[in-house]
Amino acid sequence: MHKVYHTIDNLAGSVITLRAEGVKYRELAEVTSRAGTSLAQVIKLDGGAVTLQVFAGARGVATDGRVRFLGHPMRVHFSDALLGRAFTGSAVPRDKGPVLADHLIDIGTPSVNPAKRIMPRNMVRTNIPMIDVFNSLVESQKLPVFARAGEPYNALLARIALQAEVDIIILGGMGLKYDDYLYFRDTLEESGALSRTVMIVHTASDPIVECMLVPDIALASAEQFALQGKKVLVLLTDMTSFADAMKEIAITMEQIPSNRGYPGDLYSQLASRYEKAVDFEGAGSITILAVTTMPGDDVTHPVPDNTGYITEGQFYLRNGRIEPFGSLSRLKQHVNKDTREDHRTIMDAMIKLYASFKETQEKQSMGFRMTEWDGKLLKYGVRFEREMMDLSVNIPLEKALDLGWQILADCFNPDEAGIPTKLISKFWPKK
Amino acid sequence: MNGNMITVAFDGAVAQNEVGYACLEQDGTTQRLMSEIVRIRGRLADMQVFEDTRDLQIGDTVIFSGHLLSAELGPGLLKQIYDGLQNPLPQLAAQCGFFLQRGTYLNALDRQTAWAFTPAARPGDRLTAGETLGTVPEGIFKHRIMVPFTLRGVYTVKRVAPAADYTVEQEIAVLTDADGVDHSVTMLQRWPVKLPVTCFAERLKPVDTMTTRVRPVDTFFPVALGGTYCIPGPFGAGKTVLQQITSRYADVDIVVLAACGERAGEVVETLREFPELHDPRTGKSLMDRTIIICNTSSMPVAAREASVYTAVTLASYYRQMGLNVLLLADSTSRWAQALRELSGRLEEIPGEEAFPAYLESLIANFYERAGRVRLKDGTTGSVTIGGTVSPAGGNFDEPVTQATLKVVGAFHGLSRARSDARRFPAIDPLESWSKYRSVIEKERVEALRAILRQGSEVAQMMKVVGEEGTSINDFVTYLKGELLDAVYLQQNAFNEVDAATPADRQREMFAVVERAMLADYPFADKGVSRKFFQAVTQAFIDWNQTAADAPDFASRRETIERTIEEASRHA
Repeated sequence: MHKVYHTIDNLAGSVITLRAEGVKYRELAEVTSRAGTSLAQVIKLDGGAVTLQVFAGARGVATDGRVRFLGHPMRVHFSDALLGRAFTGSAVPRDKGPVLADHLIDIGTPSVNPAKRIMPRNMVRTNIPMIDVFNSLVESQKLPVFARAGEPYNALLARIALQAEVDIIILGGMGLKYDDYLYFRDTLEESGALSRTVMIVHTASDPIVECMLVPDIALASAEQFALQGKKVLVLLTDMTSFADAMKEIAITMEQIPSNRGYPGDLYSQLASRYEKAVDFEGAGSITILAVTTMPGDDVTHPVPDNTGYITEGQFYLRNGRIEPFGSLSRLKQHVNKDTREDHRTIMDAMIKLYASFKETQEKQSMGFRMTEWDGKLLKYGVRFEREMMDLSVNIPLEKALDLGWQILADCFNPDEAGIPTKLISKFWPKK
Repeated sequence: MNGNMITVAFDGAVAQNEVGYACLEQDGTTQRLMSEIVRIRGRLADMQVFEDTRDLQIGDTVIFSGHLLSAELGPGLLKQIYDGLQNPLPQLAAQCGFFLQRGTYLNALDRQTAWAFTPAARPGDRLTAGETLGTVPEGIFKHRIMVPFTLRGVYTVKRVAPAADYTVEQEIAVLTDADGVDHSVTMLQRWPVKLPVTCFAERLKPVDTMTTRVRPVDTFFPVALGGTYCIPGPFGAGKTVLQQITSRYADVDIVVLAACGERAGEVVETLREFPELHDPRTGKSLMDRTIIICNTSSMPVAAREASVYTAVTLASYYRQMGLNVLLLADSTSRWAQALRELSGRLEEIPGEEAFPAYLESLIANFYERAGRVRLKDGTTGSVTIGGTVSPAGGNFDEPVTQATLKVVGAFHGLSRARSDARRFPAIDPLESWSKYRSVIEKERVEALRAILRQGSEVAQMMKVVGEEGTSINDFVTYLKGELLDAVYLQQNAFNEVDAATPADRQREMFAVVERAMLADYPFADKGVSRKFFQAVTQAFIDWNQTAADAPDFASRRETIERTIEEASRHA
């Protein structure tokens, strides 16, 4: 019943143009040629000319390739059968499991009515002190990890995936190295978390268009799980690859670039994905943690810059540690008042002292004379970095707070730490 | 079609900015997607669709409505939460659930609510657009029902409805125009959002200070009623917090918040907190004087472009009632980006950073809709516009910031250095400026700013030569600058007393700081001077956090003054 078209007029990059009738905007089509069969999506209609984005790339597509329009937009399967499975950016199984072709849902669903949103109120525990104590992750938060290429951000995500108190984990990989995909798979499998994980992975060698679909597929499934009352954590890595894929397509489409070649709607495109993070009243929630690599470690690069304006804070990953300065969880004050009464105090006091330690360190490197106080700070700083900041530290929040008191007590007198007397008398460890 | 841009062949006459509906047939039902004409070429009109355009196809029908994109004006606007096209969001939620469904449009004003109308005009009165026919009470305000703004020329009142309850669609008056044609008038009127409302006698110069209870703003970089100001700053510098504080404490009658392309979470905070907060002036809930226009970043881009115009139209409507209205737009950069996307799809020749070449004039037009006016009945009203700007990379040399700076009367530049040092509000005291009148005489403010500037120069120098290489006089100047910063320019938004300083208290505080700053201190060494300033700072912060009616308010002030006195006399 669907018409098949045989003449393709233009081919450029992964974009093809042909003349066809009765085609709907964003409709899906099947393109068959010598290179095989691939899905494609309508991205422009101009009179009778239809422009399609071919998921597998237009390489090998001949001018006499066959194009069959399917009459519906991009849909993916959704059910509990997704759990434990891995898919590509076109939702084709990446593992040896069966193809899932029923229970289809649309991707790219409308946005949530702001009047229906509620104030975030639950903390997501990760057992990483730099997150739990200093910048708590909150349910329904969207938070990027800003890192230079080469930082262990994927290891960090994997650890959070294993330890976070959530029902479902959805991993969206964009431009991942194949090794990284295997790393994620093996790590999750070994720990038994794979059974509550869905992986949508685009590796660096896959067609670029699939990269752009990964967040949409991941978030559409997340939304369905959340509506069923599940707490969902979506991990995206790396959003800069996603933005670069958009840039590539935009340039092929001869769009006017705005900043460093990125399309003018970069902000809106990123925002419509990140804003899927939500806490449904009476149902589940979606929390998004996304890696954004900073080309040249430059936070003013368009991708991290636009991201920073969208997200609710950010983590800076530098030298394998989450930086206490600059990292910020904008929602932490909603949750850290209800954990333990000393939470905020420890958070403030330890960061302030660590800042002093940094100053002292600078003074030391410039050869100034060290006082007794400087000595204490140096001792403290080293312990703080080793016992709190190191990413291998794995302790629950309460233990981390106790450890904080212990470190303070080992390094300082009670009146030096800048802590209110009331808490000192209650929590300061007796020797 | 391309993205949200569709090109439509039409017959008959259509107007620029006319609204049309693209009809999308699906599963036997027809969804009508609202769109607006942005360009006409021959028999083809380019239209931007305010919704997701998925599933539209070549050949679909578009119905033109014959009117421009308009806002509904009438009683019942206050307390509402609208999207950029003036759809009430809570009602949409009641109808559609969690998600925003495209093609669903609701009336901005409730058609069922009855309002107690009191006539003011009499049959035989000769009136023009914007003059009062009668009033209805809306919360704490007397809402004027006016001759519709769209009527031109002089009208004679034929009939006015007697005092009773009416809904917004019931006739409350009949007006006869110069040609003897009768016009029926209801409480509801429509105004095309992209045109300024000009039914007033004359525009006045903004002179009175609009106090916001934010010290660096009121004292150093004031805003006038009817003035304009902008807050550019990188992310995390506290733009939104500053706007939230302003929306709470600003000395105005009505606040219109336009959340334009920003985080939904921030709007939610306002939505959930405002009904619980009390207006310091009326004692009623803050929501009673607030209208929220909310088109967050994930909502359709074209509606984002419309949202700032909708907001300013509502603000102008309340100005016609002799009220002072504050419009806060967060953020105008997102609006400019919406324009950029539109321009890109129209394949226009781009200007700097691909923004359209007409960006500057659009920004100027928008800010020019602010102003203080004398109405036809002699009372005055004002619209003050405050817009945040989110410059890429925090660099103020980008087109939106620069275009905005040309047309505003005050500039509150937020700096990353200050926000990193946790010095909030992070308004840069040296870079910012204002052309309006402060709550304190200009010379006195400038004298302190001069010390602050010297202090910051000394601080720069000290980074190179160290404390040892700085003379004691320079060092004291530096400490004076730090004092002003710590006790006056910084405000603790989480402390109830410190968060909001009324104008009187600012004058009192300023006098004390001024004394501390202008006094001569014959200190012998730096350690002593540092100790002294630390003590003054601490005493000051304690005083800042003491309520004005607390018993120790006066004594704390005296402590500070005595400390200053003693130090400047001794040694």
